[in-house]
Amino acid sequence: MALSGMRGLSVFISDIRNCQNKEQERLRVDKELGNVRTRFKNEKGLTPYEKKKYVWKMLYIYMLGYDVDFGHMEAVSLISAPKYPEKQVALQSIGTTNMVGYIVTSSLLNENHDFLRLAINTVRNDIIGRNETFQCLALTMVGNIGGREFAESLAPDVQKLLISSSCRPLVRKKAALCLLRLFRKNPDVVNVDGWSDRMAQLLDERDLGVLTSSMSLLVALVSNNHEAYWSCLPKCVKTLERLARNQDIPQEYTYYGIPSPWLQVSVCVCVCNFLLSVISHTFRKRKNEILREVKTMRALQYFPTVEDPNTRRSLFEVLQRILMGTDVVKNVNKNNASHAVLFEALALVMHLDAENEMMSQCVALLGKFIAVREPNIRYLGLENMTRMLMVTDVHDIIKRHQAQIITSLKDPDISIRRRALDLLYGMCDVSNAKDIVEELLQYLSTADFAMREELSLKAAILAEKFAPDLSWYVDVILQLIDKAGDFVSDDIWFRVVQFVTNNEDLQPYAAAKAREYLDKPAIHETMVKVSAYLLGEYSHLLARRPGCSPKEIFSAIHEKLPTVSTTTIPILLSTYAKILMHTQPPDPELQKHVWAIFSKYESCIDVEIQQRAIEYFALSSKGAALMDILAEMPKFPERQSALIKKAEVAEVDTAEQSAIKLRAQQHMTNALVVTDQHSSNGTPQSVGQLSLVKIPSISGDVGSSCQEHTSADQELSQANGTLATVDPQPPSADLLGDLLGPLAIEGLPGAAVLSEPNAVSGLEGVPIPADDAAAIVPVEKDTNSVQPIGNINERFYALCLKDSGVLYEDPNIQIGIKAEWRAQHGRLVLFLGNKNTFPLLSVQALILPPVHLKIELSLVPETIPPRAQVQCPLEVMNLHPSRDVAVLDFSYKCGTSMANVKLRLPAVLNKFLQPITVSAEEFFPQWRSLSGPPLKLQEVVRGVRPLSLIDMANIFTSFQLTVCQGLDPNPNNLIASTTFYSETIRPMLCLIRIETDPTDRTQLRITVASGDPTLTFELMEFIKEQLAGIPTAPRPPAPPAAPGAQPTNPAAPVAQPTNPAALTDPGDLLAGLL
Amino acid sequence: MIQFVLLISRQGKVRLTKWYSPYTQKERSKVIRELSGVILTRGPKLCNFVEWRGHKVVYKRYASLYFCMGIDQEDNELEVLEIIHHYVEILDRYFGSVSELRPWFIVCELDLIFNFHKYNAAYYALDELLIAGELQESSKKTVARLIAAQDSLVEAAKEQASSLSNIISQATK
Repeated sequence: MALSGMRGLSVFISDIRNCQNKEQERLRVDKELGNVRTRFKNEKGLTPYEKKKYVWKMLYIYMLGYDVDFGHMEAVSLISAPKYPEKQVALQSIGTTNMVGYIVTSSLLNENHDFLRLAINTVRNDIIGRNETFQCLALTMVGNIGGREFAESLAPDVQKLLISSSCRPLVRKKAALCLLRLFRKNPDVVNVDGWSDRMAQLLDERDLGVLTSSMSLLVALVSNNHEAYWSCLPKCVKTLERLARNQDIPQEYTYYGIPSPWLQVSVCVCVCNFLLSVISHTFRKRKNEILREVKTMRALQYFPTVEDPNTRRSLFEVLQRILMGTDVVKNVNKNNASHAVLFEALALVMHLDAENEMMSQCVALLGKFIAVREPNIRYLGLENMTRMLMVTDVHDIIKRHQAQIITSLKDPDISIRRRALDLLYGMCDVSNAKDIVEELLQYLSTADFAMREELSLKAAILAEKFAPDLSWYVDVILQLIDKAGDFVSDDIWFRVVQFVTNNEDLQPYAAAKAREYLDKPAIHETMVKVSAYLLGEYSHLLARRPGCSPKEIFSAIHEKLPTVSTTTIPILLSTYAKILMHTQPPDPELQKHVWAIFSKYESCIDVEIQQRAIEYFALSSKGAALMDILAEMPKFPERQSALIKKAEVAEVDTAEQSAIKLRAQQHMTNALVVTDQHSSNGTPQSVGQLSLVKIPSISGDVGSSCQEHTSADQELSQANGTLATVDPQPPSADLLGDLLGPLAIEGLPGAAVLSEPNAVSGLEGVPIPADDAAAIVPVEKDTNSVQPIGNINERFYALCLKDSGVLYEDPNIQIGIKAEWRAQHGRLVLFLGNKNTFPLLSVQALILPPVHLKIELSLVPETIPPRAQVQCPLEVMNLHPSRDVAVLDFSYKCGTSMANVKLRLPAVLNKFLQPITVSAEEFFPQWRSLSGPPLKLQEVVRGVRPLSLIDMANIFTSFQLTVCQGLDPNPNNLIASTTFYSETIRPMLCLIRIETDPTDRTQLRITVASGDPTLTFELMEFIKEQLAGIPTAPRPPAPPAAPGAQPTNPAAPVAQPTNPAALTDPGDLLAGLL
Repeated sequence: MIQFVLLISRQGKVRLTKWYSPYTQKERSKVIRELSGVILTRGPKLCNFVEWRGHKVVYKRYASLYFCMGIDQEDNELEVLEIIHHYVEILDRYFGSVSELRPWFIVCELDLIFNFHKYNAAYYALDELLIAGELQESSKKTVARLIAAQDSLVEAAKEQASSLSNIISQATK
């Protein structure tokens, strides 16, 4: 009967029902989709009825789970099907058409669909129109899928409906929630002035449907701006009172005898939001942050409270009533509904400055809940206990339930197990860490795979935070790897290596433990890695124990070699080399064996393995030299555990708080918690800065912390590799004589790379005395007593054009640079020369790279011997175009004073350019194909330094831009081309055209084109800096300090081409240039 | 706030979906696929909440249909569980009045499919219950009244579409 008019649809649906299998169904659906698609294509012939039918089919197909990626427009267009108000019957018919439109649109589309916007006007007309049916349809659709545009154009109309006295509740409750949606999309649409009074009025509403919707709206409004709505608070409490006492509640609004539990819950949430948002506004924190920190704030004696004594009293009374008056009953629904209210009341009590008695009632209730049979209540009991831990100091009371919570860890339901794990994690402190962690470890072997990773991470963190002693920590982690190796991330084993390296007492113990695990028949690869590493470093400490001779250890490890993957083999090779080194006196048989392995891997296809094999082979034949190279790893700088960081990012971390407390209470001597203690080879401050850079745990140990390696073995190789590179260039005495002068550095081969001396002199710098101070950023004023020699900026600009020269010089040290650039790669060598007759200590060089450069600095020795020079290679890779500059943060100690300078490194945009000559045939099509922004940018620049065309051409040539003669018919214009190299985009041809006005040389029009928008933009800015940065008037001798000359972004104020001839008066220089 | 509502049959077929946050088509299929994997495999007598990809999902099985609602972390789970039940009761009442012979869940599984209009009623009821992922109306009576009004509107239009005499006979009945 019902869909008699839509036979096609019924036939289709029964066809689908009769399909034997998924494949048949799919074929039938595809056929239908094809049919609908063709019908929509020649839309002209479609009647509204047909359109409606096809849109129904689409909805049905969509409901079956198939993608429907067309016909959205037709669905939206049904919303605006014409309406004939004069004909009632027709209206109804059309009404259903509109309804189909609304329903299908809100099912198929989401707020991000463009053509929804097309319907805004129609929707608005429906909302402000007088037809209730259309109003409801429109409000429902906007409430469910309305986006920002809807918010901006419809909010005032919706507000009007909500408070209109002529609208029926049916419309108003929809308006309330529709407004909530619009408010969420754009909070500005609700104008607070005046609206708060309206909200207060709405709370007097008799119709509970409208009241329910309005309360949800108020919850959102309050969390955004509690002050404006403060007057609503007493009314909320009154409503709650009325509901809790079941006064004057219509029968149809009671649910299993409970007066609208949903409204009760939402009132509680609203009151709670009032309290929380007071804190969040006072402390300028977001709500979820607040939830984490409520406890701290309570400690600060800061807690918002309901000030009006009457309201306060009634709130407490009603909460008391809910807490005490909720009994467990047989009917599931009644039980759920009453407990829904109870849990919300409980949450409110936690945040309310309630009497302690009430709080302990809550804990008692929760304790009861976690032991009940009903799984929902058990789940919520555990969840709320965890929340409570965050908010109040109830650790001790909760600890009483520890046994019960551990039982829940074995619950058949994974949801409950997760809650139990979270709670155990949160309640863990020094007193119960051992029990809890051991419980977790035990559980690990039976836990579901879905939980193992989380479980092992949490166990590792707790072990680290609360370890009563370090050997226990090592035990735990090794057990963890043994039981759940697949789920132990690299971070975990890196961390244990760090601890062992930094704690000498621990080393023999850890090595012995690792040895024990090696005896197990099948061990996880991670275990092989960690044992090999530990034994390589520390096995010699065990030498006297049975089964621990170098040979035995070697064969125990070597046994595992066939079972491991290529990422582990390099670690094993390092271990062999170390064992060999520690074997004193040398054991020829062992040596032979190890050498055989090295030579076997010399031709390994894996580069890492091959390199190590060759290097170790060569090194180990050197005998004594091996001792230095393979010496024990230095201590790691203390840093925050990567694991803890991970956990902090991941979630609310309650254990952390108790750890802080713990640190305050007792200074554990060997505490694993991160301390501020200085490490032996790092200046703590700079290490701290460094940790901002994403560093994997191990790489930092040799000071080369800026690389972003991902796998441990690369890091280890880095450590070894750099040790090896230092070796061939020891500061030897015969070099000393000529090391120091600038000539020693500038005279290096490659200094004369620039073929056009003209260009150099044409460009290099005007000294900018005022910038001097800004270029060196003192860490603290008193630490920087050393004055630089020469102008740092000037040196920098000179190096932007040349490939070698002096970067920095002061009475103690000279830093020279030599660079080679090939496409996007660059290799720089820093020459650090000590000019004094005493050593420079605590030398630290850190690179602060901008995001577009990948820079790896090799090991910088901590000490530079007197009158010696050390070389530090630096690899640079350009990832994408940018004008930002890398900064070298360099510090050293000379006598008692500490010097620190931040130097810009000349790895600038033009270093990644290579000149290229293009012919007219190549140029013009390319130029035309790059039409308009963002690929082609044009700008008129005024007030530039007047330059002749020849000078300008010279400047371009010096920046690796080829000036193409004769391409532009106008002799006053200049065309240049170049290729830009970077890792992310292919080599990119860049075309530049400069149009000059012979009558006014201070004015230029620059056009830059390339295949990459960022590149075009950056190159344009770069050229502007080079050409336009200089004002026409000679600079005053001492201009005010350029404000923007921060080392990290020196682009704007320092762009003046300057002359290296160190002329002091810029005026002279300009005159010379012109 | 409720992020989405899903009705999934025991065989994993989707019967109804409603999304209150902007999910793309791809995300929607992913949620449905993965979530039905999680929920359909859960045994009886477990709690009605699952945690999945940072979502909390409240579900309940009625006969062969699973009703699932994805909610925010801080939302009240039991409240949502009872919204589900409330919805089921509304459907029950509606379909009960449509065909008194069969329990409503059979209606759900069969009539919802065979009789698309009825199916639509399930949507309509949901729209009367929730907007913007929040509860709109907690009175069953009110919702039932509104669905009935909607029904008569649709019926009238259908009849009109078939023939005028039909309307007259319908009116005089």
